[in-house]
Amino acid sequence: MTANRLDAEEIDWTPAAVGPPPPAPPPAPARPRRIGSLEILAAALVLLVVFRGPLAGLVAGERLQTWTTVFVSVLVQAVPFLVFGVVLSAVIAVFVPRSFWARALPRHPALAVPAAGLAGVVLPGCECGSVPIAGSLIRRGVTPAAALAFLLAAPAINPIVLTATAVAFPGNPEMVVARGGASLVVAVAMGWLWLRIGRTDWIRLPHRPDLDGESKAQAFWAACRHDVMHAGGYLVLGAAAAATINVVVPASWLQSVADNHVLSILALATLAVLLSICSEADAFVAASLSQFSLTSRLVFLVVGPMVDLKLIAMQAGTFGRRFVVRFAPTTFAAAILVGAGVGAVLL
Amino acid sequence: MSRLTQAVVLLLFGGAVLRASLTDLYLRYVKEGLRPFLIGAGLLLVATGLMTLWHSLRAPGTPSPAAGTEPDDGHGHSHEPRVGWLLILPVLGLLLVAPPALGSFAAGKSGSVAAPAAESDYPPLPAGDPASLSLLDYASRALFDDGRSLTGRTLRMTGFITPGADGSPMLARIVLTCCAADGRPIKVGLTGRPPLEAAANTWVEVTGVYSTERAKDPVNDVDVAYFEVRNWQEIAQPKQPYA
Repeated sequence: MTANRLDAEEIDWTPAAVGPPPPAPPPAPARPRRIGSLEILAAALVLLVVFRGPLAGLVAGERLQTWTTVFVSVLVQAVPFLVFGVVLSAVIAVFVPRSFWARALPRHPALAVPAAGLAGVVLPGCECGSVPIAGSLIRRGVTPAAALAFLLAAPAINPIVLTATAVAFPGNPEMVVARGGASLVVAVAMGWLWLRIGRTDWIRLPHRPDLDGESKAQAFWAACRHDVMHAGGYLVLGAAAAATINVVVPASWLQSVADNHVLSILALATLAVLLSICSEADAFVAASLSQFSLTSRLVFLVVGPMVDLKLIAMQAGTFGRRFVVRFAPTTFAAAILVGAGVGAVLL
Repeated sequence: MSRLTQAVVLLLFGGAVLRASLTDLYLRYVKEGLRPFLIGAGLLLVATGLMTLWHSLRAPGTPSPAAGTEPDDGHGHSHEPRVGWLLILPVLGLLLVAPPALGSFAAGKSGSVAAPAAESDYPPLPAGDPASLSLLDYASRALFDDGRSLTGRTLRMTGFITPGADGSPMLARIVLTCCAADGRPIKVGLTGRPPLEAAANTWVEVTGVYSTERAKDPVNDVDVAYFEVRNWQEIAQPKQPYA
């Protein structure tokens, strides 16, 4: 029986691209056959393979070649984290019952925020993975404030990132404490701020095919597919932006602002947003910016995992634009203030 | 984008990641340690593609009762993520273009990595004549130990040629911590008989001795060590291009 259905489908798909008159397969309702996405994809792939030579020639210039290398490597680096984040968020969406979160997190939202922030400690990964997970948590009824605290805290305070920071700053162990503390403070503060002034209608989670009516396995794979396509697409956007900045902005610009205390903090905060480096690597980059003060480098480490081009693109995709235009600048400001404050006390 | 199309894109994307991680291609972009995770992620992507294919062929056009907007074949007003089309770009990048590892352009753009200062005394150089050591190790021993552990030995290092600020060739290698986006060059100046005729981006193996000459990298004011070249030869790019 299954075989019959498959055959019917094959008949449905193949001639449709060629002949405009719909052959009207028995089970499907008659509908006007237009050029579908599969046909576009096939045509695009054929064109790309045919014009492979000239295309590769286009990427011959040194600048463009470096752009392509950086673009591909940001993606290759992020893919494992993206995929595992997506799978984990699909598990949350499909296999963890809604009631679990009600029991796991404190009932009062104001207490749930720090609890969720601290929960970020157990998720070793970088920021690409935590965006779909936070989206999934909100879908499963976790209060947005707590999910956002988790979103901000998880990439910054997990053991891998803190270990990397310790390795990158061998002479300054206080950098690890300062980074973990400042990041957690920003995450919790943003969660509480959301409780006070946040509005649920700012968040617009993307329409995801309703999972409740399907079998668990089917729902799981549908959630994986949807999230990879969605978050992955935005990740591509972010990687392209980061590669552009990497190639276009000359490093000598930084040299000229390093001596001014306030300017250097703002410059490194902006650089963290633009470079969009994975939170597991940013400590080493910060260590190499040795002409800057420790405080400004701490701000770089606090801002980076919370606000960057790649994250802004992914958050816009997961939570909607109305959310991101408010959330990203506020987080940016909070991260600079807290980072500079903690730096002034500890470093 | 119909579910079937998404399945194809997922298969391509997963296939590209798998191909890059099963060959040495991934070493141009990330560290060796990421390989098992890349293979795992590639397999999961392929599995997601296959399951999508299976579900959409087995039950085409199952209308989801609550949504009603789930298109069976991508026509009409689809809420399926359109941004997913962009995933074709990394597939292109990995399968068709496969850009080379970072080289001279990236090295010239950023300032040299500050060589790490050792916590304690430097261990003796590895045995052998010439003794092989990395650019980072050389720079660190030269700058922070005044070359004490280097003098009297013939040394060998590999790297690619990058023109310095004055146009004279320097030996460089890109240091990665995570992926090529955070790659920074370690540069060492060359005196003695430097490979003047080697073009930028040429990989060379130089043998020579410690030099007391120093300079500053104009990009970020970091100290740069020098190396006195006695001999050099062109070599193929090593399998692991980054330091």
